[in-house]
Amino acid sequence: MKTKSASFWTSALAVWTLAAASAQAPQILAIQEPQKVAVPRQGEVRIALKASMQPGYHANSNTPSESYLIPLRLTWDAQAPLQVVEILYPKPKLEKFAFAGKPVSVLDGEFEIVTRFRRAPNAMPGPAFLQGKLRYQACNDKMCFPPKTLDVKVPLLIQ
Amino acid sequence: MPFRFSMFATVALAASLALAGCASQISKGEPAARRDKNQAERKPAPDFELKDINGKVIRLSDYRGQVVLLNFWATWCGPCKIEIPWFVEFQRTYKDRGFTVIGVSVDEDGWEAVRPFLAGRQVNYPVVVSTPEVEQKYGGVEALPMSFLIDREGRIASTHVGLVAKKTYEDEIRQLLD
Repeated sequence: MKTKSASFWTSALAVWTLAAASAQAPQILAIQEPQKVAVPRQGEVRIALKASMQPGYHANSNTPSESYLIPLRLTWDAQAPLQVVEILYPKPKLEKFAFAGKPVSVLDGEFEIVTRFRRAPNAMPGPAFLQGKLRYQACNDKMCFPPKTLDVKVPLLIQ
Repeated sequence: MPFRFSMFATVALAASLALAGCASQISKGEPAARRDKNQAERKPAPDFELKDINGKVIRLSDYRGQVVLLNFWATWCGPCKIEIPWFVEFQRTYKDRGFTVIGVSVDEDGWEAVRPFLAGRQVNYPVVVSTPEVEQKYGGVEALPMSFLIDREGRIASTHVGLVAKKTYEDEIRQLLD
């Protein structure tokens, strides 16, 4: 009985600890839920992923100006019914920070990442999903947050 | 085993309680601090064993009797880079009075990222690479830099998340050394 009681309380403490820790992490970058995309038999499809950052924060761009900075990176599932032709990242801003000798390449506010796709040869007509991941690392002028990866899911209608 | 888990949960709880007062400010992206001036209210700093750049094991408990500035940082954290020269200076100034900085890198790539970073800097205090278990013991690393000032009895006297003034650290170090 004593062991069970101790086990309950230790488990409860552990859960509380994890909950307390996760409650601290702010949601800095949000992705707008993508609309359903119709995929024609031929030609390219362009999908724009709309993202917005909380005011006062920035994320490194896909081409950070220092090698130690973690870039923004969008990746798509290789098994998807669409094949990536090109990913077009937004034009970054160059901002000066006290910690860096030269301006840092960042994104803030609202931005779009556009991906050009072509239909995969084996894509079956009908509804499908395209899955991807957006990895980013955000900071403000006083603190940085560990890199985070967001899941991206785009509904498709393969024609 | 249940006892060990219980100890872990209790220590993790203590660390997260130390951070609890900081939570709302961190969620707003503002630097946060918590100070326990009353020694009786201070929580024990969770012990750990981590290796430094030469493979030497660094145990926090080996520094009992000293004032320790335990700094969680990462190579990709800009504000952390501002603090490092301060810590080098603190180490030089206060080492002989029983003070040390311990840098704990949370870089996912570990020494692969940290080694070249340190090569270009004259860091005069021990630097170790963290593990998820150690980070959990300290309430989870949700924002960097995150520093704990630990008194000579191994208790957390203050916690800082985000970049704070150099003078703030120095005043607190002096108070703990006196």
